[in-house]
Amino acid sequence: MTSDTLDARNLLCPMPVIRAQNRIKTLTKGDILEVTCTDPGAKNDLPAWCRINGHQVAEIETRDNAQGTEIIIKIVVGGE
Amino acid sequence: MNRQPKAVALISGGLDSMLAVKVLLEQGVHVEGINFYTGFCVEGHTHAIRKHDQKKEKRNNALWVAELLGIKLHIIDVIEEYKEVLTNPQHGYGANLNPCLDCKSFMVKKAREWMDENGFDFIITGEVIGQRPMSQRKDTMPIVARECGTDERLLRPLCAKLLSPTLAEREGWVDREKLYDFSGRSRKPQMALAEQFGFDEYAQPAGGCCFLTNQPYSAKLSDLWQQRGSKNYDLDDIMLLKVGRHIRPKSHFKVIIGREEGENNFMNGYRKQFTHLRAISHNGPLALIDGDVSGDDLQLAAQLVARYSQGRDVAEVQVEINEKGKETPFTLDVAPLRNDDIPQAWYI
Repeated sequence: MTSDTLDARNLLCPMPVIRAQNRIKTLTKGDILEVTCTDPGAKNDLPAWCRINGHQVAEIETRDNAQGTEIIIKIVVGGE
Repeated sequence: MNRQPKAVALISGGLDSMLAVKVLLEQGVHVEGINFYTGFCVEGHTHAIRKHDQKKEKRNNALWVAELLGIKLHIIDVIEEYKEVLTNPQHGYGANLNPCLDCKSFMVKKAREWMDENGFDFIITGEVIGQRPMSQRKDTMPIVARECGTDERLLRPLCAKLLSPTLAEREGWVDREKLYDFSGRSRKPQMALAEQFGFDEYAQPAGGCCFLTNQPYSAKLSDLWQQRGSKNYDLDDIMLLKVGRHIRPKSHFKVIIGREEGENNFMNGYRKQFTHLRAISHNGPLALIDGDVSGDDLQLAAQLVARYSQGRDVAEVQVEINEKGKETPFTLDVAPLRNDDIPQAWYI
């Protein structure tokens, strides 16, 4: 099992979803992908994409900093 | 065929593609969705940026539809490939810079490639004859199918009965009798079918789903191309056309001024790529300068920024300027421009 990170800050949906989708293609079942986003829409869109494609969202964390709000979504890669 | 037929559906997130998929699911066809991201898709972008829209629920409607229907959705980034469609449309533009017919051909062609690569049998769309002035006419629909090499494998379940039978119908993969004969701009047949399927909520995008059908947006894109001397763009360019006031005081530069907090926050993410300004003696928006500027240009840009600050009516406003690529900012004390000093022609 490996852990990977994806910086999707300053990208508007659906780009964080597309980037996560493409990164997950390189991972295997059970791997963890942590995606950092700034578009609040990602909080709905990434979990929705995970649900319909068989991946699990383990955690969603919101962090405020000087640049604004970051949303960190931890995905456990599923698979057929 | 001794297995379940498989269709790939072009999913926009609107009602028509949602219904088209449901019609096929009801017939036992395995359907997966595909959604192409060109960079110009409206899909909640402005809602995501603007502060006053942030109470609205943010969701990608294509994803929402796929989940509701219980199908997989594949979102494909076609930003680079789409440039050729937009900059050189074989069938021309619509009322603005919308190359609808070429766009439809492009997307069906991409769906065809996906279909072949993934072992699917046919493509479905939610098109309805007469629904759109350019891409959904009885005389243009065959052009799309022919140009994409999908003549036999492109099924439009909502208006199939008005068109010649396709392979899926002839082979018995779907029952033509259970398809529809919708036509025209009225939405009533679709709304009735939605009710029949128990869909009480669906997206109804006002003004279409593409920024290119929007006149102010097209004007900004046209200005960008004109100033660059070529029809080129990257994703950052077209994202920034969606936010702020775009003011071009001189041909070699324009100033993008945030209109509210959400836009300022969004533009803040781009500040390192641009010379940027902000009033510091008064509250005011963030502004980015697109173009190469000299001292006089910066003075003028600072006066513009001061005009849109809360110091617009005072004699002098202090503006902080961060030049692209330089670590240390400097300040200018400037007189805000008056409304009469800003010719209408500057506004893009």
